[in-house]
Amino acid sequence: MSRALPSVVVTGLGALTPLGPDVAALTEGLLASRSGVRLLDEPEFAALPARLGASVDTTGRLERVEARTLDRVQQLALIAAREAWADAGAPEVAPERLAVVIGSGIGGALTLLAQQQVLQASGPRRVSPHLVPMLMPNGPAATVALELGARAGVHCPVSACASGAEAIAQGLDLLRLGRADVVVVGGSEACLHPLPLAGFAQMRALSTRHDAPEAASRPYDKGRDGFVLGEGAGVLVLETEAHAAARGARVHGRVAGAGIASDAHHVTAPDPTGAGAARSIVAALRDAGLSPTDIGHVNAHATSTPLGDLAEARALATAFGTHRPAVTATKSCTGHLLGAAGAIEAIATVVALRDGLVPPIRNLDDPDDEADVDAVRVTPRQLVHEGALSTSFGFGGHDVSLVLTR
Amino acid sequence: MTAPALSTEDVQAGLAEVLHEVAGTEASAVVPTATFDFDLDVDSLAMVEVVVACEEKFGVTIPDTELEKLRTVGDAITFIHNARLAA
Repeated sequence: MSRALPSVVVTGLGALTPLGPDVAALTEGLLASRSGVRLLDEPEFAALPARLGASVDTTGRLERVEARTLDRVQQLALIAAREAWADAGAPEVAPERLAVVIGSGIGGALTLLAQQQVLQASGPRRVSPHLVPMLMPNGPAATVALELGARAGVHCPVSACASGAEAIAQGLDLLRLGRADVVVVGGSEACLHPLPLAGFAQMRALSTRHDAPEAASRPYDKGRDGFVLGEGAGVLVLETEAHAAARGARVHGRVAGAGIASDAHHVTAPDPTGAGAARSIVAALRDAGLSPTDIGHVNAHATSTPLGDLAEARALATAFGTHRPAVTATKSCTGHLLGAAGAIEAIATVVALRDGLVPPIRNLDDPDDEADVDAVRVTPRQLVHEGALSTSFGFGGHDVSLVLTR
Repeated sequence: MTAPALSTEDVQAGLAEVLHEVAGTEASAVVPTATFDFDLDVDSLAMVEVVVACEEKFGVTIPDTELEKLRTVGDAITFIHNARLAA
């Protein structure tokens, strides 16, 4: 069977990030190169060897009763989804043609940890009956599907720091395969708690630049010493071009292609050659029907770890050859939002294409010669190309690349 | 140990506080004839929370075998009131 795949457009954007309450705050914060990172100075973090974080403010965003049966990771997803849905003009779509794909790397860890304390202190009869739906990783996707009445399927890719990007790739598939007309996609994460922080710290993955929190996340800089854990959520409304056109929807951009590969190298360390990452980029370009020279901009995964940034720079060189797209690193401002990162960065990429401006990388004072990319520094750079790439890589060896176009 | 005397009105007021905390229910809706599921929109998970909160608040035990008989606010008031008298 041969038929043309439908084009997929982005009609709604929503983001709750350490840079602020919505997409406008994210956009403005990135262009101004602001930092959302702070020292976690609450007492429970005092003993940690790494205590930097990038948190979001949910004050006044949800009703008390609505929030009390949702883990924070579900709350953040719901807030971002409401913004995206409103931004898309609350599309009229049959419930059986509306799907949700929202990933999370960790799931409802805060609930799990809090309820463990309830169990120990007060016994099993005091454990919340909402424990399971609050801790399950598909909780954010299920919450959003309930909110919107989505009945064409609810999915939750779990691929660590690639989850948000993988959700977008799955949403693209659903629309191309005709399984839905509108898909709400994204990622959410909320695990700023001493235990996950201690675990990441034991991997020596986190920055310990406690004396200068806002300078801690510094992708591609010689002084980078690890990532900064963040929380937040990003949600996009995707629909077939025909569906969007029929309702006269405003279009932010397009998801033109996706490429997924896996390293099978080490459970957490990146393949130092960047081979898997490069294969995902090449696959995404092929899927979009574009050449490397069509891509003017890369929103890199760039977490600010010594090894990860180098491996990605090699992957970009492999995939792009002598062509050098303008590279930015959103995590220099937001920290690393794990399963939400891919969604947030896809949103930033769509906005960069739409507005023709690539935000600079914060804290890139002394570029690492070995990570040889055309990094955008200090001020935004004009973007005239048709396409851009957003990359996401996750523990487990996940490599996901998305090609976005105007 | 004998629990201090509580009138059915006291139990109703306490139950209203619990329902407000768990489900955001307005106190005026918490009347003896109101059903938990249909009238007050308290689903099965929230009902477990209501039971646990009532057990703590009133110092009684509500076994699962009794739970399914508690269809209305009045059923719950009667059960809690009697359980306290028996304590």
